[in-house]
Amino acid sequence: MTSETPVISCKNVWKIFGQDPEGYLSKLPPGRTFDDIRADGYIAGVRDVSIEVSRGEMLVIMGLSGSGKSTLVRCFSRLHEITGGTIEVDGQDIMALPEKELIELRRNKMGMVFQNFGLLPHRTVLENVAFPLEMRGQDKHERRDRALEVIKLVGLERREEYFPRELSGGQQQRVGIARSLAIEPDIWFLDEPFSALDPLIRREMQDEFLRLQEMLGKTIVFITHDFDEALRLADRIAIMKDGAVEQCGTPDNIVLNPATEYVRKFTEEIDKANVVHARILTDMSATGEGAPVEASATIHALAKLLVNDTRDMIPVVDNGKAIGAMPRKAALDILVGAD
Amino acid sequence: MAVLSTNQALTRVGYSDTQIASGLFCVALVLTVLQYSGLLPSWLHRIPEEWVPPFAVWLDAAFIFIREDLQLEKLTRWFAEGPLQFMLDTTANLLYGKRRWPRFEQIPWSAIAASAAVLGYYLGGWRLALLAGGTFVWTALIGQWKDAMETMSVLIVAAPLAFLIGLLVGIAAWKYTWVDRAVRPVLSVLQTLPFFTYLLPAVIFFKVGPTAGAVATIIYAVPPMILMTTLGLKKVSPEVIEAGKMSGCSRWQMLRHVYVPAARNEILVGVNQVIMLCLAMVVLTAFIGMPGLGAKLLAMMGSFKLGRSFEIGVTIVLLAVTLDRLSKAWVVKLPEHFERGTRWWVRHKYALTALAVFVFFTVLGQFVGWFAEIGRRESFSQGKEIDTAIKTFLAFDIVQGITGQIRYVLNVWVLNPFRDFLLSIPTFGFILIVIAGALAIGGRRPALYATVFFGLVALSGWWDRSVITLYSVISAVIIATLIGLPIGIMAARSEKWSRRVLLACDTAQTFPSFIYLIPAIMLFGITATSVVMSILIFAMVPLIRYTVEGLRGVPLEMTEAADMSGATRRQKLWSVQLPLALPTMAVGFNQAIMFAFFMVIIAAFIGTQDLGQELQKTLAGTDLGKNFVLGFCVALMALTFDMAILSWAEKKKAQLGL
Ligand SMILES: Nc1ncnc2c1ncn2[C@@H]1O[C@H](COP(=O)(O)OP(=O)(O)O)[C@@H](O)[C@H]1O
Ligand SMILES: [Mg+2]
Repeated sequence: MTSETPVISCKNVWKIFGQDPEGYLSKLPPGRTFDDIRADGYIAGVRDVSIEVSRGEMLVIMGLSGSGKSTLVRCFSRLHEITGGTIEVDGQDIMALPEKELIELRRNKMGMVFQNFGLLPHRTVLENVAFPLEMRGQDKHERRDRALEVIKLVGLERREEYFPRELSGGQQQRVGIARSLAIEPDIWFLDEPFSALDPLIRREMQDEFLRLQEMLGKTIVFITHDFDEALRLADRIAIMKDGAVEQCGTPDNIVLNPATEYVRKFTEEIDKANVVHARILTDMSATGEGAPVEASATIHALAKLLVNDTRDMIPVVDNGKAIGAMPRKAALDILVGAD
Repeated sequence: MAVLSTNQALTRVGYSDTQIASGLFCVALVLTVLQYSGLLPSWLHRIPEEWVPPFAVWLDAAFIFIREDLQLEKLTRWFAEGPLQFMLDTTANLLYGKRRWPRFEQIPWSAIAASAAVLGYYLGGWRLALLAGGTFVWTALIGQWKDAMETMSVLIVAAPLAFLIGLLVGIAAWKYTWVDRAVRPVLSVLQTLPFFTYLLPAVIFFKVGPTAGAVATIIYAVPPMILMTTLGLKKVSPEVIEAGKMSGCSRWQMLRHVYVPAARNEILVGVNQVIMLCLAMVVLTAFIGMPGLGAKLLAMMGSFKLGRSFEIGVTIVLLAVTLDRLSKAWVVKLPEHFERGTRWWVRHKYALTALAVFVFFTVLGQFVGWFAEIGRRESFSQGKEIDTAIKTFLAFDIVQGITGQIRYVLNVWVLNPFRDFLLSIPTFGFILIVIAGALAIGGRRPALYATVFFGLVALSGWWDRSVITLYSVISAVIIATLIGLPIGIMAARSEKWSRRVLLACDTAQTFPSFIYLIPAIMLFGITATSVVMSILIFAMVPLIRYTVEGLRGVPLEMTEAADMSGATRRQKLWSVQLPLALPTMAVGFNQAIMFAFFMVIIAAFIGTQDLGQELQKTLAGTDLGKNFVLGFCVALMALTFDMAILSWAEKKKAQLGL
């Protein structure tokens, strides 16, 4: 398998809740909206979604609550049986997997972190973290060692013998993270992992998470409804509304070129200067003069320079290599928020 | 617009439920008036004998088919004489030294009391330690150790079996809808079937003696375990389930490691109920001659030995409260962590202490006989003295005056006229009234059931006795309501009293029903009044309890809103609290009726002329068909009330948006 094959690839996926979803979908005329479907007595959790996640990428799924984020991710791991379309994980159609292989897939490749932690209340931290290892029948000592290792990784040493209810929310979520990491999954699903935590701890956990991600470099699907969180973490962002993906792209792209009115509204409040990088404003065919700026710098970081400079085109370098030049006016427009 | 739509609804349905109910009631009234004026043909008054289908004969044929043709009896007998007998013998040997395998001596009472105290301490600190240890010390000192252990030896076998069966059926009902659908109606019948109806088949299929007692006890205790298991499994949080799936659990692993442990609390509440029901039933198996505390109590009450009855009553109550508190403490007790590297003897210090005191007292018992067994002579029983005291007290003019007066007024002015009136209503009229009531209260479904159920009762050939049973139930519940409701309302006024009254009710509900006969018999002797009295006391407990809970459960905003509108206390009670508490109170009222149906059968022991009396008589024989017909008469009547009232409570709750 080459690294170009996407890790997760889903095509025209539908997930409809109701009495007879398959029958309903097969007779569904094209162009029916979410509300039309609801009027028919069904709920469209996921509506005709096609999306790919490549190896090592962090895809953040965003949207208001009820927009189908959780449902989509639960389709990826087949916690929900999809109503239509196909989902492939590592080139394998997961809907075709027999129960045994599905269990194997989850035991070896997938980890998931839940919004409300989903810890087993009767098990200690250690036993919770070792649970997936126990389920796949790993030797007692081995799984203990491995569990202790991940517990240390998330900074919960000396809490191994505690029960979940004896821990704070942030600590419980660390247990959830440790548990999902215990089997060294290739694919990591996180469903609003920090939204049950209070803001201070959330910030801390995000940093912790970034540190982990840097260390582990996994393929990640991360759900949040918090734009700042998404911007801090994402390689790409998919914005969902009423079960459908409205737009999927890099943060810069979404902020600069919103595909729909909904996305534009959604991103309105954002300070674009914080999101947009010099790279995306760069005109590859142009050249500039004088001191260059880094392609990975945000406009916000370049604010002082942009205001004081007088050049029309500022050269941009990526890792020391010139890649083109950025029109100063475009950057200034973003800085002052003019559209 | 709104007026229009209600008009349309009315024309569509035709007559409203209330109209139909009034119509039915009028017909019943006409029938009764005709009866009183002697104009009613006798076949309309009572169903003629020859119309009564021989249900008992059919049932007997069915039982014979099951027993002999299907050879079920062989299986049950094998189970009774094999594994069940073996388990019962083992516990009997250990607890009171019955000469069976493993042929140990009886365990010294002091060893059991000390271990129980340690267990109590582990589960709930000093108070539970004192309660648990104290109960066993009391039992030994008062000279009832053997009786108590006879009771316990059955309980110890029956409760785990009931737990296991309940758990497995509960899991099956949760997993497969068809099991659930099959089990539910059976459970509601089982829960209303009088216990005499459990006893006789148990005797016939499982041999007289402890085995039959154990089987009846198990059947009686299983239903709540099933319900609690299903409830607990359904309540497991979806994220925990998903976490289990994502951890790669197979189906069996899901059940074993995720569902059942996550439903721990409900399952343990089920355990508590199993234990309490087992105790209540084991005591009642005295009616089929099983030895133990129940049999002793029955004998003592029968010969009017009030002192000893009182002592046995105290023992049973102490045992009940101990078992209840211990098992409830177990529900609340959550595991706590030890620091890493804690030694194993620290981790298991309670188990080790219990073992140590057990061994210590067992050894001590070998040398000092008193610690092993307290004989009859050495006991501190004050039976005679208490007996004299109670009888002297009752002989005081003033006491006798009061009880005599109550008895007179109740019997002559209230109970007897009421009974005679109910009996004078023509069968059809009676059924119509019941249907009208069910329709007015519960709606069409309960009315339909009422028709079928009471129709069957009328056809059973036991109509008069059914009416007398119903009369005892209704009069006791009405009096209980008149007394219990004000008590509940008063108590609900203050936080402190609510708590106290609820605690008292909670405790009283753990007492085996048999106990409630004692005060009634003490005060009113063996008379019809004490039948009503015992039912009344028993039924009052849930009434008070749910009244307090209902009133205290009224959301604070609403009472505050009433306060801010300047309502007086009385206005607030009548226009805010009572209407909102009514659905909950209805549940309590329903439970009171169910309890009354249960108790009225036990009261047959005092001497009644109702179904219970006939049921008790069947126990002596092998008349299974008749036993079942009688039992179902009770169950069907109880179910009619149950459905109508609960459906009313549901509707009301939905209306109030609770
Ligand atoms: N098991 C289910 N049965 C019926 N409807 C569901 C179920 N799960 C989710 N839904 C519906 O699907 C929609 C999307 O829900 P969800 O994916 O949880 O949203 P989000 O995670 O974005 O908040 C919602 O309208 C929700 O009510
Ligand atoms: Mg969600």
